Order: sequence, then C-alpha cells, then structure tokens
Amino acid sequence: MLRFTLRRILQIIPTVVVVALLIFVIFSVVPGTFAASLFADGKRAADPQMIARLIEEFGLNKPLMERFVTYVTDLAQFDLGTSFRTRQPVIDLINDRMWASLKLAIAAMVFALAVGVPLGFLAAMRPGSILDTVTMIGAVSGLSMPQFWLGLLAMYLFALQLNWLPSFGYGNGSFQNLILPAVTLGVTPLALLARTTRAGVLDVLNADFIRTAHSKGMSEIKVVRWHVARNALVLIVTTVGLQFGSLIGQAVVIEKLFAWPGIGSLLVDSVAIRDIPVVQGTILVIVLWFLVINTAVDLIYAAIDPRIKQE
Amino acid sequence: MLKKLTLAAMLSLSVATGALAAGERSGGTLVFTAPYGSSFATLDVQASPNTQEEFITQAIHRGLYSWNSIENKPVLELADSEDVSEDGTVHTYHLRKNAVFHNGKPLTADDFIYSYKRIANPKNAFPGASFIAVIKGADEFIAGKADEISGLKKIDDNTLEITYTGPINPGFPLMQNTTVIYPSNVEDESSFAKNPIGLGAFVFKEHVPGSQVVVEKFDKYYEEGKPYLDRINIVLMAEDAARDVAFRNKEIDVSILGPTQYQAYQGEEGLKDHLLEVAEVYTRNIGFNPAFEPFKDKRVRQAINYAINAPLIIERLVKNKAYPASGWLPLSSPAFDKDKAAYAFDPEKAKALLAEAGYADGFEFEVTASPNESWGVPIVEAILPMLKKVGITVKPKPVESSALGDAVTSNTFQAFIWSNLSGPDPLNALRCFHSKTQQSACNHTSYASPEFDKLYEAAQQERDPAKQNDLLRQANNIVQDDAPVWFFNYNKAVMAYQPWIHGLVPNATELAVQPYDEIWIDETAPARQ
Repeated sequence: MLRFTLRRILQIIPTVVVVALLIFVIFSVVPGTFAASLFADGKRAADPQMIARLIEEFGLNKPLMERFVTYVTDLAQFDLGTSFRTRQPVIDLINDRMWASLKLAIAAMVFALAVGVPLGFLAAMRPGSILDTVTMIGAVSGLSMPQFWLGLLAMYLFALQLNWLPSFGYGNGSFQNLILPAVTLGVTPLALLARTTRAGVLDVLNADFIRTAHSKGMSEIKVVRWHVARNALVLIVTTVGLQFGSLIGQAVVIEKLFAWPGIGSLLVDSVAIRDIPVVQGTILVIVLWFLVINTAVDLIYAAIDPRIKQE
Repeated sequence: MLKKLTLAAMLSLSVATGALAAGERSGGTLVFTAPYGSSFATLDVQASPNTQEEFITQAIHRGLYSWNSIENKPVLELADSEDVSEDGTVHTYHLRKNAVFHNGKPLTADDFIYSYKRIANPKNAFPGASFIAVIKGADEFIAGKADEISGLKKIDDNTLEITYTGPINPGFPLMQNTTVIYPSNVEDESSFAKNPIGLGAFVFKEHVPGSQVVVEKFDKYYEEGKPYLDRINIVLMAEDAARDVAFRNKEIDVSILGPTQYQAYQGEEGLKDHLLEVAEVYTRNIGFNPAFEPFKDKRVRQAINYAINAPLIIERLVKNKAYPASGWLPLSSPAFDKDKAAYAFDPEKAKALLAEAGYADGFEFEVTASPNESWGVPIVEAILPMLKKVGITVKPKPVESSALGDAVTSNTFQAFIWSNLSGPDPLNALRCFHSKTQQSACNHTSYASPEFDKLYEAAQQERDPAKQNDLLRQANNIVQDDAPVWFFNYNKAVMAYQPWIHGLVPNATELAVQPYDEIWIDETAPARQ
C-alpha cells in the first residue's frame, strides 16, 4: 500500500511540470499585454514611457528562454512570482481567496452528496417508480441547465421574491451568504451523482453475487448494506472525485455571479488584464487541487476495493 | 438636434443638483457598488490607474485638486487659496490648516513633496508619473537624472510653491486618482497597499479581497459637519444581471446600468424616477489608419461618416444610452461647438465622395474590435450593411480588450473601434490630434494637420480660458472636417439609485465615482441602514 501511495503521489510531479510549461508557452504567445490592458477601457491615454518602465520592471523585455528559466527556478522554490497588477506575491493573493473557494466547493459537494446519492439509491431500488422517473428528469434538467441561468433564477426566487437569502456577497463568511452559490454550484454534481449512483446500484443489483446472497437467505437490509452499497461505492467515489476536483474550476461563473471572492474570479480577472504570474499561479493551484483529489480517490479505491491495489 | 441634446445634458445636471437640497441627515450605511471587475487591484491607489480603485480614493484620499461635477471643472481641494505668477507657471498654495491624515498627522507641504516624488519615482513605475510631469524638473526626476523635483518648493509647513512647465491648468493632472496625497511619516511604504491612510472623509476599516472594502466616518475630516454617512460598504459586483437583482432587492443603493437595463428601468414605475444620467467624457469612434491607402484620402473618411446612420444604431443597439457625436469633444466640454452640425446620414453624398476619391467601386477594410456591446464587434456588424450600400466591405477582426490596446498602439490595424477619453480637459483631449503626440500615446490615427497644430499650440499658450476654449473649438472643428475617425457617440452614463439616497452628482468624468462626503440617506431607508 505504501509503494502504491508513493507511486501515485510521485506521478503528480511530471504532470505539474508539463502543465507549468504549457501555461508559460500559451501565455507567452497570446496577444495582449498587461501594460496595454491598463489603457484598454479607453479611459486614459497610453503613456509609452510608463509602458516601457513596466516592461522593464516585470522583465518582459528579456528573452523568452531566460524568462522561462527564471519561472521554473522560482517555481522549484515554491515562488509563484509577483502580480503585475497588485505587486504582491501571487501566493498571498491565492491565499486570500483559497479559503472562500474551498468553502464553496466543499459546501456544493456536501449538498450534492447529501441529496444526489440517496436519491440515486432510492431510484435504483424502485426502478420505474414515480420517484425514479422524477429523480431522473430532475437529474437531466440539472445537468443541462446553464449554471449562470440557474443562479439568476435562484437569486430571483430566494432573494427577490421570498426574501429568504441575500442575493450576493461573502457577508463575512456567513452561512446565509453561502447557501445560494453552493446550491447553484452543487446542482450539476448532484445530478451526475444521482444518475451514476442509480446506474451503479442497478448494475450491482443484477450481479450474480447478489442473487447468491439472497438465495442464502440474507436479509434485504444486509444485502444492500454489505454487497450493494460497497460495490456501488467505487463508481460513486469516482464521480465524487472527478466532480470535486473540477468544482473549483467550474466555480468561476458562480463566483462572478454571486460576487464570491474565490480564486475563480481572480483567474478570470487576471486573464483579462494579462496578469500572467497570477494566471500561472492560479491555474497551477487549480490543477494541483485536481491532481490531489484524484490521487486521494485512487487511494480510497484501494481501500474500498482490494482488487485495484493488486492491479 | 445638438442644441436639444446640450439642453438635455444641462437638465440632467440641474436634476441631480436638486438632489443636494437641504435636509441632510446624518447616519446610516451606504452600500455602493464597484462594477468594473471582481476585485480591487490594490489599496495603494497611487499605483493604480483603474477606475475600480477610484471608489476607494473617493472615500479615503484627497488630492491637491478635486473635480466639481456641478461646476464641471477642477477646484482646489487641499488648499484654501492659491497665488499665480504673472506668467501663469508658478502657483503658491496656502494649504488647509485643519486637514489631518487618518494617522493623526497634520497636512504639511512635506506631504505633497513626498507624495509627488513617490509617484514620479522611476523605480515605482507608477501611472501617475505622467501627471507629475507637468511640474518643472519632474521629467529629469522620472528619468533618474535628478534627486529632487526642482519645481517643488516648501515655503513653510502650510505653504507650497509649485512651478509648472507652462501656463497650464494644474487642476486636471493633480486631481487624479493616481496623484493623491499620502502622509510623509509612514516608514513602511508597502503598508499603503494593505492599510491605506489618507485625508478623506472616511477611514479604512476592512478589505475582504474579491468581496468588499468597508470604510467608516472620519471624525476629524476638514469639512465641518461632513460626512453624513457612518459607513460605506463598497461591494464588488461585476455582473449586470446580479446587480439588477440586488438593486431590486434593495441590497445595494446604487447600480450602474447597461443599455438593456436602462431600457427596462425606464419603463418601470418606481425605478424610472430614480435614474441619474450624464454625458460622460468618452467618444466612441472608429479610427482610420492613414497608412492604409484608401484612408489617406479625407473624402473616403468623410464618406464613411456620411454612409453610417449613427442615430439609428444608437436607438436600436445602444438603446439610446448615448448621444450622437458631432465631433471629438463631447457635449460637456467647454470647447464643444453646439452650432457645428454632425455628419448627416447621406449615402448618396458618401457615394459621390468615394467616386471623387477614385473608389467608386468601393474597397474592403478590417476593423479591429473588442467584444464590447457598446463599442465593439456588435457595432461593426451594425455598420456592415450600411457601408455595403455604398460599396465598402467591412470585416470585423475580433480581439480581446487587452489585445485591442496592443494592436492600436503598435499601429498594426487598418481601422479600430474604441471608446476614448475626450475630456474633461479639452486641451488634454485634443493633444491626441497634435502631430507632436506619439502614435503609441494617443494620436492613434497619426493625425497631422498644420492648421490644427497652429491653433492647438496657440491654445497651449493662451491663459484666458474663454479665448483658449475658442481656439480649441476651432481646432476641434478642423478634426471633425478631416474625419480621422468615424464619430459615433458620446457615452451616456446612467446610474439607478434608491429613493432614500441623496447627494449624488452627475459626474461627467465617471458617473460611478461619487463624492461620498456629500451623500446622505433619509428616514425612508430600510432598517439595514
């Protein structure tokens, strides 16, 4: 198990290096510069002297290879660089936003798990029932509805019409402010979890070992608890892992809509103004988050299903 | 038509001035929105040229001058009076004696010298350096060739002498967000980015990155009886649709409206009576590159101006959230010529001009455009059929906003569509057509006219404001005749405000930026206030 764990953790390193390289190359060739973005809204005239000073200060006049070497060397020392816009260390900016993003992603996932898995389970236990039909219609709707639109609907209903919840903002981290963005963000993973849980459970219910368990006289509750749930769990954990890993990236739209101070909105703003160190740093953190969750899922698999460890 | 529009602009001024009527009430929390992004770049506003940080500046900081939206001109802010030398270059400022920084330090001449040197310091590469360059000796200091700015002289603690490079109006450069005054007794300059200290009516309380900045009333503010508000939450809300819900839900007190919302709010009871409108100092235009053969000919450029029905686009696409442009200087400019007619929509005249110029069969050109709904690709798509009718084929070349600036300042375009600053200072606005101004600075169309230069240079030397405006008016008319751009519109900024909010002003430089110390909330406000 230790070798398996170490191997999975070490696999993260080359992935991060490739991603870092890709980010650097992509943002070195896309048109637009930070200095030009300062004048992009046309609200002030460009100042060529200031642009020249900024280019020099940020080292953008150096050859690409030299900049890449500096970037990689800094990265190896866990230095993500300094933001062009705020002139603060990128790591500080990410730190300021990371907790809000995690909070939103965790809340969304808890909501998705708490509702999606039981619904999927119940639907699979009674296939063709009204509950099954309603759950699957809801799941398809949840998957196909654009999050932006869903968020606006939620704002309109729960803030404007019912006046139960605030429509936007962080509200110093209050639970009330978290509800609407988390539920909106959680709808897609919820729908996916409901569908995969249903499919996974149905699959297991038709397996030979379930028939054997029943024929041995095992009670329904025991069959479900010891055989169905445990075997369906692998598929559920996979879905949870994939969804949880990508939630921070998906949260961009929700963060913008609800004025939620996460790293998603930081990334979008930074791309728009070509604050390259922040873009690089934020994408790396999001990728790292995805990889860590994925690795954790792999490790959980091994714990749930010993066959995976052997493979 | 133009007279009518000018009247409308004046009317909006008087309506908003009415909001300043007596009956001010102290107390309450204002929830103000900062709509230009989902974060503040920095709290060190001297380092940021963005409009987004101006919201912080208005609350916390003060500069030597400030913008008076009612008088539509810069006025002295941190000095009670000034003496100006005969040649107009030396200004002696008698500073406010009752102005105190939030850290308790009284304002002195040292703070100005410290702040202006910090802004101009070449190591900092701050955007305000170009404004400080109007002070004699600043250029040498910015270039690293001098240790002091020779034009700055402390007479005593309360008297400051500034020598400018010419007989300019220093109010415009020294009222900027990036030229505010910081206290000279703070040892760690990096602390300004986390804990700003200023002379403004509100003290910094809290910054939740990506969410809001909270400021509270400063008891030692130099204006007696002000501010009225106890607290302001400046919340970041970049999404129009989300702002709309929050405004209707009374969670925010003001909201800047886009074209679609403007149209909707105008038709709704309870909302339509609380809209503040102003003709802002931005001119939307399509700039022509004279390096592209057809645009060398003035008749071609004029033909494009005649061939496009700008009022129709403004009505249908921009939902009347703009005023048709007649020339470069906007309606609110003191040098605007209300008697000069705009280019009429006249496709036949356009065809005749094209034929005269040797383009009877038309030609094809590319317009570099950002996705902006009011001055981007949608507008280029709207002019496409109009120009097609006179034989000209237009192709939009979509780019991101940050790439648009690069394409224009590197002169790699045939034409571009943009919204550009055209005020409030007409002398500074017309600088962008002076042949000595670099293309990469703001003379984007590489405009060069000896006739214009002569008038502009005479205006630079003229000290009588009326005569100066007259010269600039003539210069602006030359630009209009030469048509280096298609004159599209002047932005009409619209702010919706809750009925309990008073003291908002029609700020033509940027409507979203309001003087917080003038704002007050009446007793009809919800309990949260």
